[in-house]
Amino acid sequence: MNKADVVVIGGGPAGIEAAYNLARDNHKVVLVEKEKEIFGHMQTAYTLFPNFQDASEIRSSLLQKTKHGNITLYNNSEVTQVSRENDFWRVQTINGLDFIAPAVLLASGFKTFDARYKEELGYGIYKGVITSVEFEEMLKVGKIQTANGEKPRRIAFLNCVGSRDEKVGNHYCSRVCCINAVKLSIEAKKQLPEVEAYCFYMDIRMSGQFYEELYRKSQEDFDVNYIRGRISEVAPTIDNRLQVKCEDTLSQTPLKMTVDLLVLMIGIEASEGTARIGEQVGVNGEYNFSKSISLHTADNKTKHQGFFLAGTCKRPLTVPETMADARAAALEIDLYLKSLSQ
Amino acid sequence: MNYHPFVIPFTVGALFLFGVVFYKFYAWIAALDRKQKFMVKQNIFSFKTIRAIGEIFREALVHHNIYKKNPVLGYMHMSLAFGWFLLIVVGKIKASLYAGTFFEPPWLGIFFNFFAVDGHAFSYGEMLTFTMDFLLLIILSGLALAIIKRVKSSLLGMRKTTKHSRFDRIALSSLWFIFPLRLMAESTTASLHGNGGFLTNSVGHLIPSAIAPYAELPLWWAYSISLFVFFVALPYSRYMHIPTEVVLILLRNWGADTGEQLSGYTDIQLNSCSRCGICIDACQLNFAAGISDVQSVYFVRDARYKTLSDEVVNNCLMCGRCSNECPVGLELTLVRQQFRNKQEIPGKFYYEYTEPVESKAGVDVIYYAGCMTHLTPSIIISMKKIFEAAGVNYWFMDEDKGVCCGRPLRQQGFIQQSKNLVIKNSRIINSARAKLLVTSCPICYKSFREEYNLNLPVMHHTEYIEGLLADGRITLNASNVTVVYHDPCELGRGANIYEQPRNILRNFSLIESDYEKENSLCCGGSLSDAILDLRLQLKIRDHALGELTKDKPEVLVTACPLCKKSFVHGNKARVMDIAEIVAGNLKVIARKKQSVRKEELQLV
Repeated sequence: MNKADVVVIGGGPAGIEAAYNLARDNHKVVLVEKEKEIFGHMQTAYTLFPNFQDASEIRSSLLQKTKHGNITLYNNSEVTQVSRENDFWRVQTINGLDFIAPAVLLASGFKTFDARYKEELGYGIYKGVITSVEFEEMLKVGKIQTANGEKPRRIAFLNCVGSRDEKVGNHYCSRVCCINAVKLSIEAKKQLPEVEAYCFYMDIRMSGQFYEELYRKSQEDFDVNYIRGRISEVAPTIDNRLQVKCEDTLSQTPLKMTVDLLVLMIGIEASEGTARIGEQVGVNGEYNFSKSISLHTADNKTKHQGFFLAGTCKRPLTVPETMADARAAALEIDLYLKSLSQ
Repeated sequence: MNYHPFVIPFTVGALFLFGVVFYKFYAWIAALDRKQKFMVKQNIFSFKTIRAIGEIFREALVHHNIYKKNPVLGYMHMSLAFGWFLLIVVGKIKASLYAGTFFEPPWLGIFFNFFAVDGHAFSYGEMLTFTMDFLLLIILSGLALAIIKRVKSSLLGMRKTTKHSRFDRIALSSLWFIFPLRLMAESTTASLHGNGGFLTNSVGHLIPSAIAPYAELPLWWAYSISLFVFFVALPYSRYMHIPTEVVLILLRNWGADTGEQLSGYTDIQLNSCSRCGICIDACQLNFAAGISDVQSVYFVRDARYKTLSDEVVNNCLMCGRCSNECPVGLELTLVRQQFRNKQEIPGKFYYEYTEPVESKAGVDVIYYAGCMTHLTPSIIISMKKIFEAAGVNYWFMDEDKGVCCGRPLRQQGFIQQSKNLVIKNSRIINSARAKLLVTSCPICYKSFREEYNLNLPVMHHTEYIEGLLADGRITLNASNVTVVYHDPCELGRGANIYEQPRNILRNFSLIESDYEKENSLCCGGSLSDAILDLRLQLKIRDHALGELTKDKPEVLVTACPLCKKSFVHGNKARVMDIAEIVAGNLKVIARKKQSVRKEELQLV
């Protein structure tokens, strides 16, 4: 059993940022990551909204932070068990690591909605239907293309796949997909100026700073089209393109459109780790997201002393929000550890 | 003189009862619709009437159906109904023999022991007295069970029993008093005159001789008054089912159809419900979702007393499990549908924007996937593969555009709108002059079978695939995959398609579940319940999924796109439509061989 001051579960932006801030305050931090690589979902990002910052810059900054002398990083170390032992927390991993620490930070993040549940959208059935994550990877390598390797003539982005959807049991808004679709459509137009881009939406929710401006810009400068309507069905055409059907709810008419790529803006759900550890520790809230003790005044604390939360294990958050939350969590933990030593 | 004033309550009550019951019967029969009346006229003098009388004996008196489901409950009903019936008949015979005329006063049989104090001084008297005591004993044993059921229904194997209305309570209380009072009255008389049988004489011995002379008349009065109360309450209580069920059985045997609109037959069905509560135990809304106030028993009660709320009418999956279990055989789902049907809304056609579908001539088979199947494209892909493998000359009617079959609208009561869709689709289907219509959706299938007037037979793809396999037009690779089959409500209980899917699945390793065939569960995704809370829907789904996947099958196979969609989200097992598992295991045979065979085959 190894001792540490804090065990941080999850090596994504929240986990790394919190670990780094704790390390700077002279706490011995163990950072456990279930995957081979750190960065979590930041791994696949191309650019970040709303300022199109290169995600690789964020990644290298995060990587630098993990190198701090007070941080020990363990990859391939999925947490299997978190339990309370006297005044300590015990964290065990799938590869046999066993830590004991007065404080644990859960930064186990989110997973994306499995689009195969919406069979009518044809994901996993028709090759032209891809997720926003896969499209981001296409952007990253600069190769937006159809399954046959052709340049797409028309791309449709569909919002709210797995969010605000009674049928899949997710009533909440994932918050980041609207602006992400704006970003993706602009990036698509930057790489393929000839492509036609359509965004299908229920509501466009541009709540963040510069979001609304970007939404306008996408229409004025990049000619992205927005259609209020949820795509209900996808079917193949004879020439292997995709026909999408929806109701244009502004003009109140049914609409059919043939596209080459359909990008599903998949929503955010609690990751399996978040759900499982939340269940073990007893901090599970709605939709398996973890629940803090007070949204307004103690959003990083839980009902258990020494068990803290940061980032998207709590709810859908943007990258800046996640990083700020991680710093706040680090501060809370620092105060907590100091209170123990007094 | 065989008269005493205490017979008045009984006589008045009985006259009132007969008056009200016959008035009600007359009103209901007058309110039958034209088709129902025609069926009555057609069949009243036929063998069907004799069959109905047999059924009346079996169900209204012996309660055979209840006995089959729950022997203790069956005995309880039989002892009360058949026992009382025999008590009246034997009492009547006894009274007639005693009085020496068939036309003795009607109360004589009822209060016989009070008047016939001179013992058994008539033919067969001894034997008849014994019989009467024996019957009374049987009834009292049934009554004891009824009291136990009311206090603790679980002792009689029922999870839930019905909550009753005021009239029911009055009628029930008086019913509980009738037979103990009769026993006490007869026993008291027996203790004074020794004219009882083995039961009444024995009980009579226990009554102190000092009390007997004073207790005798009050007990006979009380007995008569309890009969009066029961008779007067009966037509307004659930016990109206006793006389009504007789009429129901007759009409049913004569071929009366519940139909689309409310009619006298609806009233007869509503009044035939004994409120036994078996439907509460059958209902998934109860045992999987914890709702116990909308079940058929309450729906029927509220409909009968005209206190129906929208919640009770509409909060129903229309899965048909209750109709399947109902010992009286009420067509509960159809009756509920009648109450959903909207009368006042004009038939506006909502689908004006749909472009007309051009019918394609010269095909053998029309394939109609249906709206729900369009939400599960893997079924469509599989069906195309199967058609191709079998070399079928088919036309995919709603591939690009099409309108709904109309059934979901119908189930919400929009009859006129639904009919507009039926007309639209019928025109397209009939003008193609094809030989067969195949659909992938049990909802459409039922709609085509029941609401359409088509010039070709209709098959659900389970039937069709079974036929293709039987005729060797497609063959499957042997597979060891363990599968469990879920019967969709509309295909199973709705259309009696049980064996076809199982025949297909013989090619796999088929596991049985506890909820097979008529007893199958609803997936929770029913289109018929538009008001059920999503969380409760998911509870129903999870319960059904849990039951179906108990033995850990690799694949849960169903034959309805809606069931598939419901279960996929449950994340318990791989869920596939039967068409998918067939398409995934097709053995490819050379096309040539098939086209030769095609000539000689029945299936087009």
